[in-house]
Amino acid sequence: MILLLQLSHFSAAALFALFFSVVFGITQRNTTNEMIRYGAYCFAVAMIGMFLAGWAMWLLHH
Amino acid sequence: MAKTETTTPAAQTASAPVALTPIAALAPAIAWLIPGAGHLIQKRWIRGLLLMACIVAMFVSGLAMEGKIYKPNTGDLLDILGFIGDLGSGALYILGRIFEWGGANITTAGADYGTKYIVVAGLLNIMAAVDAYHIAIGKKQ
Repeated sequence: MILLLQLSHFSAAALFALFFSVVFGITQRNTTNEMIRYGAYCFAVAMIGMFLAGWAMWLLHH
Repeated sequence: MAKTETTTPAAQTASAPVALTPIAALAPAIAWLIPGAGHLIQKRWIRGLLLMACIVAMFVSGLAMEGKIYKPNTGDLLDILGFIGDLGSGALYILGRIFEWGGANITTAGADYGTKYIVVAGLLNIMAAVDAYHIAIGKKQ
């Protein structure tokens, strides 16, 4: 593979959250407004969860 | 004593058998083969393009991170599940196998992320195919 992508843990997880939030928003809701809101909700939950998990791991490590 | 009918019209509609129209059979199949195409053939242009962009970008990002594409196997359970997830990508998986894309072994954290990206792209494509079917049978607009 010619293209190589080197992302940090944070970038990789954020990009992952972006992709799955869009697909979840489109497939799990019926109207456009609901899709946008649910996609944004999924993305926000993923990002907040990521921060919480990161701090939890930091606390366990120290 | 006569038995009273308790089901609502909505429940009757939900349990009614679905007629297998050509589009209802074609949409999930083409959606599996080409991500987003199940929506595009039903003229859901924006949804189809967004699904295609996200699923293809996720698969390509996974490859660019040197993620592994699983082959059919009967070994470890996680390897079998990884293959099933990868298979959900349809044509992307077939192309990946033909051209032998992807890393051989998972040796870095980035490659591990990449492998998960590829598996999840397949799983998201299956969700998109089911959604295309629901649109085709009129369960969703």
